[in-house]
Amino acid sequence: MAPRPRSRLHVPHPPARPGDPVDFSYVRTSPAGEMPRPEVAAPVATLAPLANELVRVLGDDHRAVGAWDPHLEPDVLQVGLRHMLLTRLFDERMQRTQRQGKISFYMRSLGEEAVSVAQAMALRPGDMLFPSYRNQGIYMVRGRPLVDLMCQLLSNTRDMCKGRQLPVMYHWKDGNIFSISGNLATQFPQAVGWAMAAAIKGQDDVACAWIGEGSSAEGDFHSAMIFAEVYNAPVILNVVNNQWAISTFQGFAGGEQATFAARGPGYGIPGIRVDGNDFLAVYAVTQWAAERARTGSGPTLIEHVTYRAAAHSTSDDPSRYRPKDEYERWPLGDPVERLKSHLVALGEWSEERHAALAKELEEHVTKSWKEATKFGTLTEGPKLDPDLMFEDVYKEMPPHLEKQRAQLRAELAAAAAERGAERG
Amino acid sequence: MPKMNMIQALNSAMDIMLGRDPSVVVMGEDVGYFGGVFRTTDGLQRKYGEQRVLDTPISEQGIVAAAIGMGVNGLRPVAEIQFADYIYPGYDQIVSELARIRYRSASEFHAPVTIRTPCGGGIRGGQTHSQSPEAIFAHVSGVKTVMPSNPYDAKGMLIAAIEDDDPVIFFEPKRVYNGPFDGNPDQPAVPWSAHPKGEVPEGYYTVPLGKAEIVRPGSACTIVAYGTMVYVAEAAARAQGVDAEIVDLRTIAPLDVDTLFTSVKKTGRCLIVHEATRFGGFGGELSATIQEECFWNLEAPIARVAGWDTPYPHAFEWEYFPGQRRVGAALKALMEAA
Ligand SMILES: Cc1ncc(C[n+]2csc(CCOP(=O)(O)OP(=O)(O)O)c2C)c(N)n1
Repeated sequence: MAPRPRSRLHVPHPPARPGDPVDFSYVRTSPAGEMPRPEVAAPVATLAPLANELVRVLGDDHRAVGAWDPHLEPDVLQVGLRHMLLTRLFDERMQRTQRQGKISFYMRSLGEEAVSVAQAMALRPGDMLFPSYRNQGIYMVRGRPLVDLMCQLLSNTRDMCKGRQLPVMYHWKDGNIFSISGNLATQFPQAVGWAMAAAIKGQDDVACAWIGEGSSAEGDFHSAMIFAEVYNAPVILNVVNNQWAISTFQGFAGGEQATFAARGPGYGIPGIRVDGNDFLAVYAVTQWAAERARTGSGPTLIEHVTYRAAAHSTSDDPSRYRPKDEYERWPLGDPVERLKSHLVALGEWSEERHAALAKELEEHVTKSWKEATKFGTLTEGPKLDPDLMFEDVYKEMPPHLEKQRAQLRAELAAAAAERGAERG
Repeated sequence: MPKMNMIQALNSAMDIMLGRDPSVVVMGEDVGYFGGVFRTTDGLQRKYGEQRVLDTPISEQGIVAAAIGMGVNGLRPVAEIQFADYIYPGYDQIVSELARIRYRSASEFHAPVTIRTPCGGGIRGGQTHSQSPEAIFAHVSGVKTVMPSNPYDAKGMLIAAIEDDDPVIFFEPKRVYNGPFDGNPDQPAVPWSAHPKGEVPEGYYTVPLGKAEIVRPGSACTIVAYGTMVYVAEAAARAQGVDAEIVDLRTIAPLDVDTLFTSVKKTGRCLIVHEATRFGGFGGELSATIQEECFWNLEAPIARVAGWDTPYPHAFEWEYFPGQRRVGAALKALMEAA
């Protein structure tokens, strides 16, 4: 008689670690154009396939096919390509800048540019965005000058955060982009609250939030889903499944037995699994979800299947935990290359135009950097006034902070006097 | 004796306990295959296997709660929270559950969980990689709260914490992982190999919880500090030429009142130094406790130096950090008072 099976702790294993051959056989894909596009008001119960298959528009032949093709004009696609390329070149330059010691920290979005750019383009300027630290593309779309982003990275005298935040933790009230928290997943239920307020106030703006698949393990994910469902909130909740959360692969966030999108129907919310490197598909599902939310049919959960091509941050070395050549073999390709090839296939783009665009954007980044560093860097130039440290803790400064501010002023004056005496 | 930095010493403590006690498990975000973002658990999964050294999902609430369940079922979990700044999703599980299971079940249940977490600033980490939240744990009855300041204590105290049948919140001042730090970021870093507390026995030993250490005897005043601030206080006293007695608290709760009272009764003056914000900080508890017992021995009011009452600002790290100058000025004022 066979022994009775016993429980044994299951430990998820990524298919490949450093030195192993890359294996992405676990990533289930569907052919482009295969998924039907339901009506935006379709009942959740009819939407289950969307959560398990993969919405794709761009085929291997670089043509757009199927019901999800958003039929965008070539000039819109060119704008999308421009924003994605700018995001990538900006990231590259800021990475190098960090290596030179000019900024303290940086996080790139390499390989995931389509998620932020296509989504921000598919939304209206009045829609409120709750980004994570890997959504810089939304700033390109909404038109925040690079100089402003760079000044934040430099913590210099023009830093929007007044020196209080780590690099990349931007915010932009006028652009309707919420302040990024270093604490994972916290903004997910906050976006739902913003959307509830929009509904209470009778606005037709929607909220849109992003978290990584790793962060979807936090309890805040559950809170977001349950509030979104209960109040039918006009919100788009995105899980960016870029396969890795620092050193742990998506199986450690619950991706082994079910897709992330499939959690949606469990809460009574549509879940859509989309090819996150397919600009057109991301645009189309966002447009669908936004229309659904705006017209009173409530929230959508979108899982973007993509790959974090860069290190987690400038403090991370991914060669310690994953094969070096994974990105080259990622089955969904590169978002910039795919949109570019699509435009070329349409006869609306060329290698020459691409090279010229890259050169123009490089120069734009260089020029912006020169401008930004005039306002100071970590090591040189003008410095923020330390008094600022005590402001904005409260709307009005309480007496104990006034006292501490005076104490710091005296401390700094004494230090300056000492330095003067030494030189003197 | 072998030289170890604090990370190696902590690693050695877990290694020894995993080896000695099959009920010990180590868990947390990135701690398994990768060995932790600070490499504190490096090599442990390879040595003890995936059933005993676990990567976890990114859920601090889940980590603490699962550790409680494991603890209730006979294991001795050592859970890492990647940064103290990320412990808050687990706070309810710590305060309402971990701290009270023994009490509410009249000791029928308990969970011998150790929660390790790197704390403190000085690494350009901004407000989400620099916090010192020890006071909000010290305020909770039922958990022990500790913060060693050097490799020798770190290893001995971590072993003691793992063996302790009560839950322990084990703060690791990350600025001194690689060497003592006197508060001056412009000075070249000093490695632990150049410090006597970097000499760490290879094998098993414990440093008892609940015991402070006088790291420098003195007669002019008592400076109470813990974590990174021990070294800042030492340097400030040296610079001021004050013969200070420096007490490294090591355990924040339960407090070693005997060492404190004896020292302050002897010196008659007391300065308390911590990196955490001042208002509602642990310095307030220390000051009140010492004052209640030592009032008639005091020659001057007890003084406190702490972080400003703001979040930890990225750009103003060294203006925020209670460095030698601030400690020195307070010390001078304390010595000149009355
Ligand atoms: C509450 C909390 N816990 C832990 C961390 C540390 N941390 C920062 S990023 C990260 C990994 C996040 O991975 P994922 O959500 O997949 O996003 P990705 O970085 O891949 O875009 C971790 C564990 C944190 N910032 N906040």
